[in-house]
Amino acid sequence: MAVVTPQIVEQVALLARLRLEGEALSATVAQLDRILEYVKRLQAIPTEGVEPTSHVLPLSNVMRADAPQPSLAQEAVCRMSPSAQPPFFKVPKVIEG
Amino acid sequence: MAYEPVIGLEVHLQLSTQTKLFCGCLTKFGAAPNSQTCPVCLWLPGTLPVLNERALEWGMKVGLALECTIAPVMKFDRKQYFYPDLPKGYQISQFDKPLAQRGGLAISAGGQPRRIGIHRAHLEEDAGKLLHDQHQTASLVDYNRTGVPLIEIVSDPDLRSPEEAYEYLVHLKAVLEYLDVSTCNMEEGSLRCDANVSLRPVGQHAFGAKVEVKNLNSFKAVKQALEFEIKRQTLALQQGSRIVQETRLWDAKALQTTPMRSKEEAADYRYFPEPDLVPFVIDRARVDAVRAQLPESPHQRAERFQRGYQLSAYDAGVLTQSRALAELFEGALKAGASPKPVANWLMGDFAAYLNAKGQAPETVKLDPRWLVHLLELIAQGTLSGKMAKDVFVQMLEQGQDPAILVREQGLQQIVDTGLLARVAAEIVQAHPQSAEDYRKGKASALTFLMGQAMKQTKGKANPQQMSEALKRQLQEGS
Repeated sequence: MAVVTPQIVEQVALLARLRLEGEALSATVAQLDRILEYVKRLQAIPTEGVEPTSHVLPLSNVMRADAPQPSLAQEAVCRMSPSAQPPFFKVPKVIEG
Repeated sequence: MAYEPVIGLEVHLQLSTQTKLFCGCLTKFGAAPNSQTCPVCLWLPGTLPVLNERALEWGMKVGLALECTIAPVMKFDRKQYFYPDLPKGYQISQFDKPLAQRGGLAISAGGQPRRIGIHRAHLEEDAGKLLHDQHQTASLVDYNRTGVPLIEIVSDPDLRSPEEAYEYLVHLKAVLEYLDVSTCNMEEGSLRCDANVSLRPVGQHAFGAKVEVKNLNSFKAVKQALEFEIKRQTLALQQGSRIVQETRLWDAKALQTTPMRSKEEAADYRYFPEPDLVPFVIDRARVDAVRAQLPESPHQRAERFQRGYQLSAYDAGVLTQSRALAELFEGALKAGASPKPVANWLMGDFAAYLNAKGQAPETVKLDPRWLVHLLELIAQGTLSGKMAKDVFVQMLEQGQDPAILVREQGLQQIVDTGLLARVAAEIVQAHPQSAEDYRKGKASALTFLMGQAMKQTKGKANPQQMSEALKRQLQEGS
């Protein structure tokens, strides 16, 4: 009883800008399905009275003061991009919205 | 069938912290493109965001000023979408545990007091800026704004008309201005607004399908766009159509909204807890400390103005709606002026001037002491009421002390009785017919002669004395 269908994987792949076709698609479907099967097993564990946990580290309130740190040099920033028109990054035309 | 509009507003406010929300890059507006970026805000591999403590504190200030409950535990979440203004393919925002919730804002609309619910206020990072007009086939990206702290303030769907929405924004901006956490400048984008509007048959409880309107660059645009949308949706419903739930863009030139090219299935943001930021526990002591430091609100200041300066509720309300205006008022009083005349000038000539120019009070160079000087010049008789009005405008346009303007231009009301008598004689002699009419009992002839006399003295004659001189002259000549 598969939870994950090829349609679901295609949808998620589109959202994640991944191209998954043929073998890769069916392999991913099968793998994700196994992962969700495992999650199902986890869901069988009684969790009433357990606080929802977003992090497992025993840490909270990690903050910094509002103090400036040096930024990167403008030229160095543009050099990192595969496509730039200094001082800007250049991307295929997108219309606002 | 009659329909009732249901409106909710989302306001994004940029917090003027010195550095970004999660890294130490500066947030200066107008810096050279891509000069305020680092591996964290460009999201290079291996970097970790660390929350700016001041952004949290200022976010709490906003939440508390809007009477919200501050969350005892808050966390950040990832909101995923692909757009080149986001270098990492997601925005760090807050989903189910926002900083502040369930507040309210007192407004007055059409003279009626109303309380508009504040649904929530949460922290998030801003996106970069895209430039579409610089290149034929490419868009250019500036990531300076990426990671700048924002607080998003979401109202409850409590607003029922474009006017109420406008008043909500005016009141909200006033509250925010007093907090000193943002420049609240719509032109520079430090304050932005999106509007949600739907219609429902009057008496129905359930909401209709809602339309989100973006690209609203002024409070006036918000009002106009809502007026347009209400008309559009009413017409569609009356024709039996269904309203499509969608996002539309306001076109300020064509004065209409148009559907935004829908991002394919982009509504699925797939929020999940941000693994790079651990939770934040905000204890009572911290909340109380921020609350204790909250500055006077516009509402409190209005009450103080009423009590301390014997202003009417209306005057106090107008003067405190803008922080700049309130500070001009109090500044002038501190410099020695009495409340009523300053209030009159600010609410009369100053408001009219701003209105005509479409300017906000804070954009005008005006030293409160200049108001005191102007009032002194009137009290001393140097300026007549009419002359003072002219000097007032010159003062605003030239950004100059009226005492200097009067000295430089030799503006001095003519009160010399001998000189006024000579002017009167000349005018009466030059207009024998009017003089004749006046003597026959036509009172309006005097108005004409007064106009001529003021023209000849370039408006400098003391009006009352000039009028008396003319009357004397007319009687003598008969």
